[in-house]
Amino acid sequence: MPRVTYIEPDGRAQTLSVDAGSSVMRGAVDGGIDGVEAQCGGLCACATCHCYVQLAWLDKLAPPSEDELLMLGNVAAERRPNSRLSCQLIVEPALDGLTVQFPDRQS
Amino acid sequence: MGLPYSFPTVRADPEHASIVDSQAPIVIVGAGQAGVQIAESLRQEGYGGELQLLGNESHPPYQRPPLSKKWLLEPGAFGALSLRGAEALVRRRIELKLDTEVAAIDRAASRLQLTNGEQLPYRALALATGAWARALSLPGAALGQVLSLRSIADSAAISAAIRRCAAAGRPVVVIGGGFIGLEVAASARKLGAAVTVLEGLPRLMSRVTAPIVSEAFERVHRAHGVELVFGAQVTQLRGSGDVESVCTADGREYAAGCVVVGIGVVPDDRLAAAAGLACDRGILVDDCARSSDLSIVAAGDCTARRLADGRLLRLESVQNAVEQGKSAAAALLGRERPFRAAPWFWSDQYDIKLQMVGLSHGYDQVVTRGDLQKPAFSAFYFQAGRLIAVDSLSRVQDHMQSKRLLDHGLSPTPEQAADPLFELQSLLRDAKLATADGA
Repeated sequence: MPRVTYIEPDGRAQTLSVDAGSSVMRGAVDGGIDGVEAQCGGLCACATCHCYVQLAWLDKLAPPSEDELLMLGNVAAERRPNSRLSCQLIVEPALDGLTVQFPDRQS
Repeated sequence: MGLPYSFPTVRADPEHASIVDSQAPIVIVGAGQAGVQIAESLRQEGYGGELQLLGNESHPPYQRPPLSKKWLLEPGAFGALSLRGAEALVRRRIELKLDTEVAAIDRAASRLQLTNGEQLPYRALALATGAWARALSLPGAALGQVLSLRSIADSAAISAAIRRCAAAGRPVVVIGGGFIGLEVAASARKLGAAVTVLEGLPRLMSRVTAPIVSEAFERVHRAHGVELVFGAQVTQLRGSGDVESVCTADGREYAAGCVVVGIGVVPDDRLAAAAGLACDRGILVDDCARSSDLSIVAAGDCTARRLADGRLLRLESVQNAVEQGKSAAAALLGRERPFRAAPWFWSDQYDIKLQMVGLSHGYDQVVTRGDLQKPAFSAFYFQAGRLIAVDSLSRVQDHMQSKRLLDHGLSPTPEQAADPLFELQSLLRDAKLATADGA
């Protein structure tokens, strides 16, 4: 199973194994990672699973959809060039080692 | 995995002495969205003592919104519905007790009486008992295949009934043209069943939307082959064993292979009311989720929140459960964290993403932007020239920007809202609220 490293808002890192085909958000809520809310459950409808992708991984991800880009325009925390919605990031073997950080607020 | 948390001791707060002096756990009744949020927020706020989360179903905490949407189409593994994994609860030292029904709250003794005879002492209590689907009280309502939607089991039963109807060429009759009824209707069409929606009022979702939004959804449902009947006063259901038809006051009779009842929910305030807490079709709470008893908080669908102007607000939404849950956790620790953000909701019907923010009740003007025919537009509701709510149909950007406008008390003029060239974002920029490269 691919591993994802989650950096919580206070800087602590947790590495979890996440099922391929599952989302980065799903791995976080199942593993009890702080800093993710995911109110809509992964429909790209609420922007409360906002994360910052470690820059080295940014180009390896499928680009954001138009809806995700629009949602990212209004996230609660600072939007950065590496901002993504973690519900839209699907884990696959090639992403083993992916590292994301959650901001200090989602809503 | 070890427990990386260090829990600061909760400082004694004289006003909440009853909460911090006891060694008993904080107990949360109800393991849905609100209950889970209260538990998690208590940990995040630094509560280090014991924490029990009681659920009366046999499933661990799960999300309800997909039950009327994707889950009806493809009931799958439980994992996809799960709200938090077992690991998450262990990591936060949340003791989950399933199949646990509370019979009564003994406030004088600070303990719960369970239906299995057990007693659970609490140092403080949080109620997140949710709501149940309002039932029809009509002749024939108890017939087989008359279904309503609240739990995973309900969703599975409706999904199976729709498939049986599709295979047998029998229609699905939906009573109620609100969110749940319409989401079920859309799913039933996708599964190939004939669908009739019986709505008592003259239009769809009339409690929450303007006519222009109702009309857009009427067109879409009809285009997908749904029969919509307005002003339908259901008088009885007929059948022997299973339901076979639905009769209305105008003498019509609609054949039915199954009936799905979507006529709203009833907040479950039974425990609270029996224990003498102030209730009014919901447990009365302030905007910090405090009930009329200082050591008891309540959050989510089971509450009726008193607003500053005295009105009572009953919201049934994920956001309400999450935000009231945060308030409730803070209140238990003697802190005030009022929930004042604009309420928001969503509904998926066919390929339309309906997102609503604010409360449109009392509007005196509606303007739209976007394409009404497609439909991909937003309806902006104004009261005395100020924006109070926005319904967006497949207009994600309008929704997100409106949410921020409402949360910050900003308002475009109706002319600006209706002008496709006017950037709503510019109001946020002017107020220095726009994100760095906001769309």
